Amino acid sequence: MIRTEEVLLNVGPQHPSTHGVFRLVLTLDGEVITNAEPVIGYLHRGTEKIAENLQFTQIIPYTDRMDYVSAMTNNYVLVHAVETMMGIEIPERAEYLRVLAMELNRVASHLLWWGTYILDFGATSPLLYAFREREMILNLLNELSGARLTFNYMRVGGVKWDAPEGWLEKVRDFVPYMRKMLDGYHQLVSGNEIFLSRTKNVGTYTKEDALNYSLSGVNLRSTGVKWDLRKDEPYSIYDRFDFDVVTRDGGDAFARYECRLAEIEESLKIIEQAVEQFPEEGPIMAKVPKIIKPPKGEAFVRIEGSRGEIGCYIASDGKKEPYRLKFRRPSFYNLQILPKLLKGQNISNLISILGAIDIVLGEVDG
Amino acid sequence: MSGDKDLERLKKEAVAKAKAEAAAKRKAKELAAQGASEEAPADKSSGDTADDLAKKKAEAVAKAKAAAAAKRKAKELAAQGANEEAPADESSGDTADDLAKKKAEAVAKAKAAAAAKRKAKELAEQGASEEAPADESSGDTVDDLAKKKAAAVAKAKAAAAAKRKAKELAEQGASEEAPADESSGDTVDELAKKKAAAVAKAKAAAAAKRKAMGQAEGGDEGDDLAKKKAAAVAKAKAAAAAKKKAAEGGSGSGDDAKAKAIAAAKAKAAAAARAKAGKGAATEEPTEPKQPSPNQKYLDKYVEIIKKHLGEEVLEDSYINNLSKDVPTLVAKREAYYKIAEFLKFNESLGFDYLSEIHGSDFETHMEVYAHLYSYKNKQSVALKVKLDREQPEIESVARLWAGADWPECEAYDLLGIRFTGHPNLRRIMLGEEWIGYPLRKDYEPYDVEV
Repeated sequence: MIRTEEVLLNVGPQHPSTHGVFRLVLTLDGEVITNAEPVIGYLHRGTEKIAENLQFTQIIPYTDRMDYVSAMTNNYVLVHAVETMMGIEIPERAEYLRVLAMELNRVASHLLWWGTYILDFGATSPLLYAFREREMILNLLNELSGARLTFNYMRVGGVKWDAPEGWLEKVRDFVPYMRKMLDGYHQLVSGNEIFLSRTKNVGTYTKEDALNYSLSGVNLRSTGVKWDLRKDEPYSIYDRFDFDVVTRDGGDAFARYECRLAEIEESLKIIEQAVEQFPEEGPIMAKVPKIIKPPKGEAFVRIEGSRGEIGCYIASDGKKEPYRLKFRRPSFYNLQILPKLLKGQNISNLISILGAIDIVLGEVDG
Repeated sequence: MSGDKDLERLKKEAVAKAKAEAAAKRKAKELAAQGASEEAPADKSSGDTADDLAKKKAEAVAKAKAAAAAKRKAKELAAQGANEEAPADESSGDTADDLAKKKAEAVAKAKAAAAAKRKAKELAEQGASEEAPADESSGDTVDDLAKKKAAAVAKAKAAAAAKRKAKELAEQGASEEAPADESSGDTVDELAKKKAAAVAKAKAAAAAKRKAMGQAEGGDEGDDLAKKKAAAVAKAKAAAAAKKKAAEGGSGSGDDAKAKAIAAAKAKAAAAARAKAGKGAATEEPTEPKQPSPNQKYLDKYVEIIKKHLGEEVLEDSYINNLSKDVPTLVAKREAYYKIAEFLKFNESLGFDYLSEIHGSDFETHMEVYAHLYSYKNKQSVALKVKLDREQPEIESVARLWAGADWPECEAYDLLGIRFTGHPNLRRIMLGEEWIGYPLRKDYEPYDVEV
């Protein structure tokens, strides 16, 4: 007689493949996961509570620290919410700088994901390539904002700094370089047999599941839902650019991998066009009151972040601080489906499934 | 050797003494706290040490709450004081004397606020202790945890009640209407009111006296400085007024004060218009009829279908939220919230299959749950809101309709204390089950000062 019993396995909160402080309590039957219980909150800093005592400009640095891999989009969602409430019109030049910053950041975010995802499978060299290219973007953003990760770049009404001399040319040169590197990535990884066997038909879910679990971004598009807020609810000046919304039908980890790499290409398209259309002259800040006081009422806006739909809800009582500030954090929503995906899977697939969702714990915990 | 020993002994003695002193101090502190709240006898009668601890914890929570209330009240008072002062500033002749008087008034008000705050604290403690014995009488020693929690809740409630009282008191004290309001039946309230009023009056009198004295001894250096400052302020004000007048142009013939008022009003209106409509709107007439929102037809459709299928009485309100990209907004009645949510998802012509966001907010008068839904079929958004009772925030969970509501509802429960009935696994997702209080509530005070 073989004696069988369930084994409780604790993954994290400090575990390299969780990319942050995230804990999973797994119940195992042999090597098969029968139950998975995510435990989060290790990085909860109470951003929303802190913000209730801050002026809007003071809140912007806090948004940097939610999704710290893609801080520009977080910057944007806050200022966008305030601007929507106050009806502020943004100068052209500022809009282009914002779009360039956001798209560069999106590429950097996807690169980081690509490198670390492959690293999780045990291949170390792709990470080095990804970080080489990411470093160039961080340098560009550093020249623009003065920071490599927590940019604090956008302001209600525009951006803080104008592009330094020669910056646009550097961005223009980066696009073809990145395209070339992207080809290399595909040659290096995308056709690799080991990689394919670990991602194809792993962590599969349907379109219905994705909608039901409020998934967004690549996690949604990998099931065939053609939905991108940049295209479907255009904000800023995204309606001026010609780009595709990438979808795949597989709904598995490999589909999400393909989507992200293809999205880098689409972002490069936008960057290219934005550089072409970039206005020569013009202010980078709209005329806004010194102290920003959105009118009484509430607003909810959502934008397409690197990981999905970032939302920002502001309830204002006409004061300079928000009465209530709430962020819809895509990683927090996307992670919910994890227990469902893990049930019945072999434990070695855990890394592949979790990695493909692409979470940032700073965003999950808020 | 003996010297060493002596030293050791001395050290030991000193330590013992320090310990005893600390213990005595602690005891005194406790006694003081208990004495104020008349809790000492209740404490002794229970004799359960675990219970004692729980009580102390609960007390601390209640006190923190009371402190929060007092703080907020003081803030309000200050704001009130400032408000009251503002118009006076404009109408008065801007003399240094007036300024000093106003300062004295402000001081008096602040003192009154402090007194009221103290009172509020006492009240909170009293309230807490009044409810505590009732908890003790249950006598059940088995379920300690449940008891502790219940006690904490009871005390928090008492604190909240005390807070409300304190708020009223503060308002009355500030406006010096306390004597007129004395007909109310509550004796505790009356006493507090009287005291606050008396204190305010006494302080005001003292301040006035001080001011008079200061005027008499004009040679005082500090006073001179104050006077100079006041004069400078007055000058700056006069300059600002003159500037405003100049900007107005052609108003020189009219009454000075009137012209000033007009200029001020105009500047304010312009600022308000600018703030409201943003760039370029200042030139537009604010009375211009608003264009109906392009989403109005969707709102009308939603409301019509909902009313047709679920009855006329299910919606509290419905409007287009102009601040939020014209999103059609439905405010559901509490009882009908789940029904409406279900209908929004499954109705053929609505089909809101995606829950983009759900969260709660504390609006002090009530709690609110806000959900942003999206229909991928119709490419349309809708915001669904429901107002909840702040004392008993409870609502059906929509996690059965949209699985994506699972964690966000947990978050709202964790940070605001909104209970979602029928939720598959409602838990404190961020802070853990041990946490006391709900941080996103407006009257939250951290229980553990070290956090």
